[in-house]
Amino acid sequence: MQHLYERIDRDPRFHALARRRSLLGWGLSAAVLVAYYAFILAIAFAPGLLAMPLGPDTVLTVGIIAGLAVIVMSVALTGVYVWRANRTFDGLNAAIVGDATRDA
Amino acid sequence: MPRSSATPRATPDVGLRPFPRGVGPGAAVLACPADAAAAVSGGGASGIAIALFLLFVSATLGITWWAARRTRTTKDFYAAGGNITGFQNGLAIAGDFMSAASFLGVSALIFSFGFDGLIYAVGGLCGWPLVLFLLAERLKNLGKYTFADAVSLRLAAVPIRCMAACGSLIAVVLYLIGQMVGAGKLIEVLFGLDYSLAVSVVGGLMMIYVCFGGMIATTWVQIIKAVLLLCGATLMTWLVIAQTGYSFAGVFATAIERHAQGPAIMSPGGMVHDPISVISLGTALVFGTAGLPHILMRFFTVPDAREARRSVFFATAFIGYFYILTFIIGFGAIALVAGNPAFLDDAGALLGGTNMAAIHLARAAGGELFLGFMSAVCFATILAVVSGLTLSGASTISHDLYANVFRRGTGDDRAVSISRYSAIGLGIIAVLLALLFEAQNVAYMVLLAFTVGASVNFPLLFLVMYWPRLTTTGALLGGILGLTTAVACIVLGPTVWVEVLGNAQAVFPYKYPALFAMIASFSGSILGSLFDTSERGKRERAAFSDQYVRSQTGLGAEGASGH
Repeated sequence: MQHLYERIDRDPRFHALARRRSLLGWGLSAAVLVAYYAFILAIAFAPGLLAMPLGPDTVLTVGIIAGLAVIVMSVALTGVYVWRANRTFDGLNAAIVGDATRDA
Repeated sequence: MPRSSATPRATPDVGLRPFPRGVGPGAAVLACPADAAAAVSGGGASGIAIALFLLFVSATLGITWWAARRTRTTKDFYAAGGNITGFQNGLAIAGDFMSAASFLGVSALIFSFGFDGLIYAVGGLCGWPLVLFLLAERLKNLGKYTFADAVSLRLAAVPIRCMAACGSLIAVVLYLIGQMVGAGKLIEVLFGLDYSLAVSVVGGLMMIYVCFGGMIATTWVQIIKAVLLLCGATLMTWLVIAQTGYSFAGVFATAIERHAQGPAIMSPGGMVHDPISVISLGTALVFGTAGLPHILMRFFTVPDAREARRSVFFATAFIGYFYILTFIIGFGAIALVAGNPAFLDDAGALLGGTNMAAIHLARAAGGELFLGFMSAVCFATILAVVSGLTLSGASTISHDLYANVFRRGTGDDRAVSISRYSAIGLGIIAVLLALLFEAQNVAYMVLLAFTVGASVNFPLLFLVMYWPRLTTTGALLGGILGLTTAVACIVLGPTVWVEVLGNAQAVFPYKYPALFAMIASFSGSILGSLFDTSERGKRERAAFSDQYVRSQTGLGAEGASGH
């Protein structure tokens, strides 16, 4: 198995795939963490901001909508990741592994 | 109540004497009057609840019988043969995560504090995308049955497995106590059953599921329970909206009218007051998810990384939907239950405590029949979650400790039978601890499990996958520092030092230690690895590139392509 790992490690397509995957993974993680910690830090340091009503004739506040929006956004971003990964990454991965094992 | 004085609760020597009543959210459930059962459910509802509950138990026992006939190999027992689809696993993960503690606990927090209950919902959910983006596929590609497999691949197997097992077992036992105590209290109130009997019934059933049906039975019990809970919560939300004028705003407007704090329930500040506590609580919730062993174990039940990925998407969608419903249900409980004298005791407090808010709401919104249905669903939820936890703890003992530490290299293949004994052992321990910690604060216990997950398991898993320089020495140092910091902060913090031990001033001022324990864990691992100049350390760093290729491609992974 080890020589296969080394062979794949020398394949530039493998590193290109790993880079694309980690770019997507880290990018989306950053988006979720920024949104989440913005919400948490707002509760910690600016609760007044979240207490503001959304409009003159509604009881809903900015905070309620922000919290629900973070939930909806998290679900949507997992969808984006799975969609992208299923469409492109799996095919590329299969090709890289296939070439490495066939030549072996 | 005919409670025997033999329960450890009655002995005064318990230094662990639990958090006093009324401490923190959810504690009020602990103070349930003996006659609450009759007052809450009434004879008819109890009958419906018991009938539905018996139906669920017989169905799941049937599944266990079916699963036992299909459990032939070790892989069947630990990982359901790797044959679960992404969608099924997504539902099962959602089932694992949507515990009675989160349904009853989060709706109770919202019932008591309004907005601040939302922190639990948002934090619990936001862990999931991170699990997907950073861990799920790599974990599936590296591991076999438990997450310790993945972390011991390039590090020294014996000490690392011991540490991972330690982190897993502590998290599992804390979570188990939380669920069992909640279960006992709930059943006591709903069915009028004695607490110790209720806890024993739950413990006995979970032993049967796990021992005979292994992961196959546990998975299907989770799936059925997840579907029931999602349907029940959906129906409940619609009933609430229907009663408040068919609009979401109507639910909130009525809630503000009824709650003592009025419009303040729509903004932060009801439960957590200082900024550090908010951040630390938020950190425990978001990273704790990624360190819960019974959740991580579920990724080995699917055939490959693609299905692992799909399972997280389905799980996140179901859990997100569930938390939005729970949020509306919490406000619905304020609107329909808070001002209704039928649900209050003489002192004006909620019958059975605030954790019963969602259950009372079921009756207020849907009558006796719906109350019976939701009671049975909650019982099913508890059974399913404790089974998942027990299976995870049993696998840790048998696969990590027995097969790979004590009997390492002996070809001893009795791990599955050891696992069955461990499940029985854990079941007995869980029942005893549930009796001992009867007055414990359920929500806080579960949060402690998240804290251990965030400060021991998550840093280890993350660094081993992403940081080539990590060595065994560093990982051990980090794990030990993380765990001791968490324990020290909990003991010296306000909850134990002041409220339990009776000191005037807490040594560690914050209630939630996760932020500090996580920093300690990461710094310990990083410094320990950087200063590690041993030969073993060099080999472990050199092994990173093979592990990296395997984690990315799945080549060499259990049950995947490449053979």
